[in-house]
Amino acid sequence: MNILVSIKQVPDTKVIKVNPKTNTLDRSSAPAILNPYDAHAVQEAVRLKQKHGGKVIVLSMGPPQAANAIRKCVEIGADEGYLISDKKFAGADTLATSYALYKAIEKLEKEQGIDLVLCGKHAIDGDTGQVGPGIARRMGMPPLTNVINVESVDTDNKLIRVHRKIEEGHEVIESPLPCLLTVEKTINEVDYAPLPNMLRAARYEPYVWSVDDLEDVDIKQLGLKGSPTIVGTMWPPEKSSGAEMIEGSTDEQVSRLLEVMSDTQELLAVKGGDGA
Amino acid sequence: MSIEEYKDVWVFIEQREGEIFDVGLELLGAGRELADKLEVNLCGVLLGNNVKNSAEGLYAYGADIVYVIDDPVLENYRTETYMKAVGDLVRKYKPEIFIYGATSNGKDLASAVATEVMTGLTADTTMLDINLEKRLFEASRPAFGGNIMATILCKKHRPQMATVRPKVMKKPEADFSRTGKIIEEDLGLKEEDLQTKIIDIVKSAKKSVNLEESDIIVTAGKGIKDEKGMAMVKELADTLNADLGASRDVVEAGLIGHAHQVGQTGVTVTPKLYIVIGVSGAVQHTVGMQNSDVIIAINNDPEAAIFNVAHYGIVADAFEIVPKLTAELKKALDKEGVTTNG
Ligand SMILES: Cc1cc2nc3c(=O)[nH]c(=O)nc-3n(C[C@H](O)[C@H](O)[C@H](O)COP(=O)(O)OP(=O)(O)OC[C@H]3O[C@@H](n4cnc5c(N)ncnc54)[C@H](O)[C@@H]3O)c2cc1C
Ligand SMILES: Cc1cc2nc3c(=O)[nH]c(=O)nc-3n(C[C@H](O)[C@H](O)[C@H](O)COP(=O)(O)OP(=O)(O)OC[C@H]3O[C@@H](n4cnc5c(N)ncnc54)[C@H](O)[C@@H]3O)c2cc1C
Repeated sequence: MNILVSIKQVPDTKVIKVNPKTNTLDRSSAPAILNPYDAHAVQEAVRLKQKHGGKVIVLSMGPPQAANAIRKCVEIGADEGYLISDKKFAGADTLATSYALYKAIEKLEKEQGIDLVLCGKHAIDGDTGQVGPGIARRMGMPPLTNVINVESVDTDNKLIRVHRKIEEGHEVIESPLPCLLTVEKTINEVDYAPLPNMLRAARYEPYVWSVDDLEDVDIKQLGLKGSPTIVGTMWPPEKSSGAEMIEGSTDEQVSRLLEVMSDTQELLAVKGGDGA
Repeated sequence: MSIEEYKDVWVFIEQREGEIFDVGLELLGAGRELADKLEVNLCGVLLGNNVKNSAEGLYAYGADIVYVIDDPVLENYRTETYMKAVGDLVRKYKPEIFIYGATSNGKDLASAVATEVMTGLTADTTMLDINLEKRLFEASRPAFGGNIMATILCKKHRPQMATVRPKVMKKPEADFSRTGKIIEEDLGLKEEDLQTKIIDIVKSAKKSVNLEESDIIVTAGKGIKDEKGMAMVKELADTLNADLGASRDVVEAGLIGHAHQVGQTGVTVTPKLYIVIGVSGAVQHTVGMQNSDVIIAINNDPEAAIFNVAHYGIVADAFEIVPKLTAELKKALDKEGVTTNG
């Protein structure tokens, strides 16, 4: 069973800083990492490969440095990595991103056959969760989003059964292969990389494709040009109005607080009434 | 494609077993404002099995028209059926704006439809507006882990689509005098032709706490330090018959379960009263509570960012003021003698 995992290199949003003068993100302030959800997707692919055979192929669209994220996947156990990298891909929104990735997957599918595509639930930077379902729609595959468990794979009958997280719990859903899953972090624990993988990853060079390496590409659907959405203004999220500060001794503060809360008296009374 | 042909504001009405999710009603409220600005109809899109009877109830929340497809195949959400149904409706009736709740299924559907009809989709928005001069939909959202807000535009494609986080928009008051009309369509798919099969739906045991429904929340931050501080905050919460919230640091310290976490990776809440104690006010926390009606913040650092989003601020040591406040409240609420440590 050949599994393709689509992975993205992202800035670590835990440490990224906003430039207060320009209201833009200072990307240099944050190290680039493998999107955490995608690490779980690769881990799941490796787990499935160990059970059912085949190989794990990772694919990413991004600048040349994204090769580092692919190396990280090799550490987890991926067999092969492809990076599609071209100025013509730049500025893509999710529609244009899924188009470019689809074109690359189509080529890999032709060359070696793909039985399953995995994506992260979302990427921590753009954070839309729209790319996975977009790829699935273009490939004509059923998308199964928010997957928390792969219950079984029946390679003879080409069927997969997964658990999809929904608001009230989860649903058990069965789909023919090939299909596309987007995975939640709870699907697995990412194992520590075994030493041979680390050694292999350190030297690993992914295949790099430009637009010209893909077939039948409609240039108009790529990058900024192929993107229906554009990012308009950006600003740091804060409400500047500020609080009315309640000053004075602790006792004064408490009694003023009680006054404030008595504005919600009606609420307190009702709640107090049925709770007591 | 001529974009002038596209008019009306549409809202996807998500339901399960005929019960309509609140987010659909919240979006009708938000959609009503957009439709009024554009002087167009507000339309709900209701798909499911035996759901037609629920359609009329949507007028009260602002819908002028409800598009209904009632078909056993639509009993439970599946991308392949819902995408076909919504795609067909969009192609036929051409909405200018189309918003969906950012639930698991709402996001899944919107992403598939955007690819199906080749248009732009803004994810997880928290603010919606119209630029009337340019007749453009302005959908704004947090990105980069909540570090920045961005307004996303879709100038040349229609419909302009967005998913909207639940609980961010206010559910409107129902006005049962409003009327509207229903337009019914057929799906044209048979169960035998479908690829995916839903085998089972497993409902998890009801969460011990559902902060999204709470009227009063008392939230503890790292400033409360340990179990003792937690007990102190819990006593205040119990006195107010409030639910307990927590910052991520408090959850990670093991002082309370994750169901209580408010913020980006927890729940988004909109209570009538939010009392927040010893929380610094990181954006990942404030995105989850800033739409509460009244926010009271207690923190010993006058520079704490939480005071930027609070309506009332108190610079004080929590260990000094909270027990006093609890005691005074007990008197005021005449609840002395009631056990509060349960
Ligand atoms: C501030 C800001 C806001 C934005 N808002 C929107 C918006 O609302 N709508 C919109 O259409 N675009 C938006 N974009 C553009 C969007 O971030 C990019 O299109 C991005 O390339 C993909 O989106 P994502 O990060 O949201 O990925 P997601 O859809 O969240 O990623 C899900 C999964 O798709 C796969 N994947 C995603 N990107 C790649 C890749 N480059 N290579 C390989 N696999 C990948 C991974 O498996 C990943 O886990 C925004 C960009 C910015 C800077
Ligand atoms: C991707 C991501 C997602 C996240 N998601 C969430 C989320 O969902 N929810 C969330 O809350 N956080 C989230 N965080 C973490 C967030 O960034 C903050 O780290 C966290 O909210 C801080 O918690 P805190 O305010 O309780 O602790 P601190 O930042 O340590 O603040 C403690 C505060 O208590 C005050 N204090 C100390 N002693 C006293 C006293 N005696 N009396 C009164 N005040 C006192 C201090 O002045 C300080 O302001 C997320 C972070 C990331 C990167």
